[in-house]
Amino acid sequence: MSVATSEARPAAEAKPAKKKRGPEHRPGLNRWLPYLLLAPAVLAELLIHIVPMFVGIWMSFVKLTKFYIANWSAAPSAGLNNYKVALDFNNAVGEGLLKSFGVTVAFSLITVGLSWVFGMAAAVALQPQFRGRSLVRTLFLVPYALPAYAGILTWNFMLQRDTGVVNHVLVDNLHLTSDRPFWLIGGNALVSLITVATWKLWTFAFLTLMAGLQSIPRDVYEAAAVDGAGNLRQWRNITLPSLRPVNLVLVLVLFLWTFSDFNTPYVLFGTAQPPAGDLITFHIYNASFLTWNFGTGAAMSVLLLIFLMIVTGAYLLITGRRSRRG
Amino acid sequence: MGETRGFKVYRGVVLVVLGLFVLIPLYVMVTSSLKPLKDVQGAFTWWPSNLTIAPFVDMWKTVPLARYFVNSTVVSVAATVLSVALAILAAFAVSRFKFRGRTVFTTTVLSTQMFPGVLFLLPLFLIFVNINNSFGLQLVGTRLGLIITYLTFSLPFSIWMLAGYFDSIPRELDEAALVDGCGPMGALWRVVLPAARPGVIAVAIYSFMTAWGEVLFASVMTTEANRTLSVGLRQYSTQTNIYWNQIMAAALVVSVPVVIGFLLAQRHFVAGVTAGAVK
Repeated sequence: MSVATSEARPAAEAKPAKKKRGPEHRPGLNRWLPYLLLAPAVLAELLIHIVPMFVGIWMSFVKLTKFYIANWSAAPSAGLNNYKVALDFNNAVGEGLLKSFGVTVAFSLITVGLSWVFGMAAAVALQPQFRGRSLVRTLFLVPYALPAYAGILTWNFMLQRDTGVVNHVLVDNLHLTSDRPFWLIGGNALVSLITVATWKLWTFAFLTLMAGLQSIPRDVYEAAAVDGAGNLRQWRNITLPSLRPVNLVLVLVLFLWTFSDFNTPYVLFGTAQPPAGDLITFHIYNASFLTWNFGTGAAMSVLLLIFLMIVTGAYLLITGRRSRRG
Repeated sequence: MGETRGFKVYRGVVLVVLGLFVLIPLYVMVTSSLKPLKDVQGAFTWWPSNLTIAPFVDMWKTVPLARYFVNSTVVSVAATVLSVALAILAAFAVSRFKFRGRTVFTTTVLSTQMFPGVLFLLPLFLIFVNINNSFGLQLVGTRLGLIITYLTFSLPFSIWMLAGYFDSIPRELDEAALVDGCGPMGALWRVVLPAARPGVIAVAIYSFMTAWGEVLFASVMTTEANRTLSVGLRQYSTQTNIYWNQIMAAALVVSVPVVIGFLLAQRHFVAGVTAGAVK
């Protein structure tokens, strides 16, 4: 495969081709051809994403308990009741959602921050050529390539109280504490979630930042070194500004992924989620499928979507304005 | 960046710390898969005292792993083939034609990638249940339901990445093919696709990884008949025992094909990811 791959230049290195008069010079069939080409993809997206999204919004306004699942057209309207229940922070459902939201915000901010720092540290360390560089790079990519559940199951084993390697290191090897802490129940659950999610996610940040670093010409650094700029100054004045466009997208993508992370809590805790590790997607999942109350679950999902859209919109607005000024 | 002494120290520290962070779980996975059950049920030991390959043999008997394997393979391969085919057609349209609704299409498709899966999960489950009730087409608990669901998961990113690849292929090549009497589809098949082969391979591996590792929808849409590996591996935890050595062995076996595939195609991923980020 590697022989074939070196022939075509990947998109990153090619200049965007100018819009020339392409094959559309024959009218008639060619006018419809692009729509025909898109039709299968559009149909699939409609069936799995677009229509379910609107159905989900509709569901959030009806009383869709288990009696109506097979016969949903008979479900009575609930008005705004599902939203009222989800947002009434004085009752159990609303309080649970609010706590879960708080846990998720903390989880996302810390996981994204750690992943970015680790990814940046490794990408910068691997920037100059040295012996064994490609081996290290390949090794660092393994957690990303691994199926998510395989990695998380391994961590589940490692975090077991009596048989896991984490407590073995902390208690038996380093003697930091005398009694073995629980990692999968109780207050430490959030620490475990962050560790496992970061383990998987930082390598994606690394992959992206490493690719971004390749586009910075070497002679910029050489000129800066001649001017007497040290490594740290070079990083601050050259590397960081050059990576700005990459960072803008990377941080947003990392945030959206972590905020709706389901795999990590589900594989780590099963259905018995500890309150400290009750991430929002997992919370909605349990609220819907354990109680079979789809209406409230749908309302929570819509609230989550609205929140993510507001965050994304605000993020794009703020970063866009700043780069126009700069 | 200069190779000063300070930088070498920095690099050493980063490589050791992050290297251990990455390696320890992999090491635990491999060594635990080679331990007998009583050793993984006792205190952890760094060095396995009794090496055995029994977990790799027993894991097929404890749970119907072979069936999960077949299910995952059929679902992932079918979803990949369909997803790549649909992505090629759509990316060709986006890259080579000017038409009304082009921007609407690309932004809509890309934004679906951003929505959390749980948002579609409940309605899709309900739609599938009702399709079954109205038309008798069973989608919950069958491979078909998983295939059509998974093919859309990788579709947005695949279209986006392939359109970037196609853009980098000179249009003069298509035009030469058109002059030679090929239709636009002939140009796609004979000129554009061969030149974009690395991109197609990368997209195929990405689609396969997405389907192979999916957990959320598999946990709801599968029953014993169509259970995939991502959910099936949980079956090693029974009321009486958790077969950690077999879990680790199975996790290892299901990981090896995707990890090798990804590492072989990593260069094209990097190119695709940055192309999007820089645009």
